[in-house]
Amino acid sequence: MKCRKCDNKAVINMRQHKLALCSHHYLSWLPEKTEHFITKYKMFDRADRILVAVSGGKDSLVLWDVLQQLGYEADGLYIDLGIDGEYAYSEESKRYSDEFANSNNLKLIVAEVTKMEGASILKAASLTHRGKDKPCSICGLTKRHIMNRVGFEGNYDVLVTGHNLDDEAALLFGNALNWQVGYLARQGPVLDGNPNGFIKRAKPFCRFYERETAAYSLLRGIDYIYEECPSAVGAKSIYFKEILNQMEMDRPGTKLQFYLAFLRAKENGAFTSDPGLIETPLRKCDSCGQPTSSPDECAYCRMWGRVRERMEAN
Amino acid sequence: MTVRMILRKKVYEVKAGMTIRDAILKLDIMPESVLPVKNGELLTDDEILKDGDEIRLVAVISGG
Repeated sequence: MKCRKCDNKAVINMRQHKLALCSHHYLSWLPEKTEHFITKYKMFDRADRILVAVSGGKDSLVLWDVLQQLGYEADGLYIDLGIDGEYAYSEESKRYSDEFANSNNLKLIVAEVTKMEGASILKAASLTHRGKDKPCSICGLTKRHIMNRVGFEGNYDVLVTGHNLDDEAALLFGNALNWQVGYLARQGPVLDGNPNGFIKRAKPFCRFYERETAAYSLLRGIDYIYEECPSAVGAKSIYFKEILNQMEMDRPGTKLQFYLAFLRAKENGAFTSDPGLIETPLRKCDSCGQPTSSPDECAYCRMWGRVRERMEAN
Repeated sequence: MTVRMILRKKVYEVKAGMTIRDAILKLDIMPESVLPVKNGELLTDDEILKDGDEIRLVAVISGG
């Protein structure tokens, strides 16, 4: 198969775009498209202070790389969750993040959950009802809280994450399956911030397939943690991705159309008239000061408070 | 006339002469979920497999 732009041998065929590209043209196509999405969805500009959530995986490291190439100054935030397993997952992820930051002369902020809260994610999961079946829920809550806190307290204008189209389509699929209108209303390329304590969030890769960011990392020689989080085995998001990929195989472009049609429906007000969407007023959490809709402590402080209580009781 | 295909730690053997895509489908692997790499070079899946080829399938699905 030949490159659409130069007749050289193609290295990737994006069936949903009917577009095959060689290495050279692919390495310029992905950053150009990223710039287009940043502008189209009004994510940020070059004057903004940007914080990239870095996990050591392909998507976040490729995103950090592309932002540098496009001339955006961005610091990284790595959250050490203390997940080990047979291949020291957190330690290895941090090593890839560190190496990327060092070799590109970038600033990486490291937040260690065990030092901050006195227990790792897995320990916390074993002690709470919320993490009983899977630690992913506790992990998600903890990451969102820390990302917001570091971003807001560090005076960053925007927090960017490496979520790709497969992530977004799987999330959409799960939310639609359970008709989670509140979550559907909040899903999108940008989540606006709030001066009372929520940092703006953006997903510049939300329209790239997962294989496209992986291909970019291989072609650019970006090393990333290849192993999956040991706790993610059997995760619903992976199950949904597999189902969507089955449809994509039969009908190329299904995932992209699913997401774009959702964004169009949302733009046309599909989720704005639902009575469940009346915004709950926010106040400051009694413990950490971050915004919350609860009358006392936020969900993060309540959850970690219970973990500490149970650790003391044991 | 065999080709080795490696996905994570698993090694598969397929016959040469078919495309990478056909081989992947034959192994019951979703083509969307992997990228084929030969000698460090990324390939499109219409490439015809030759005897002695060793293809690494890079898994691309992540999540949790």
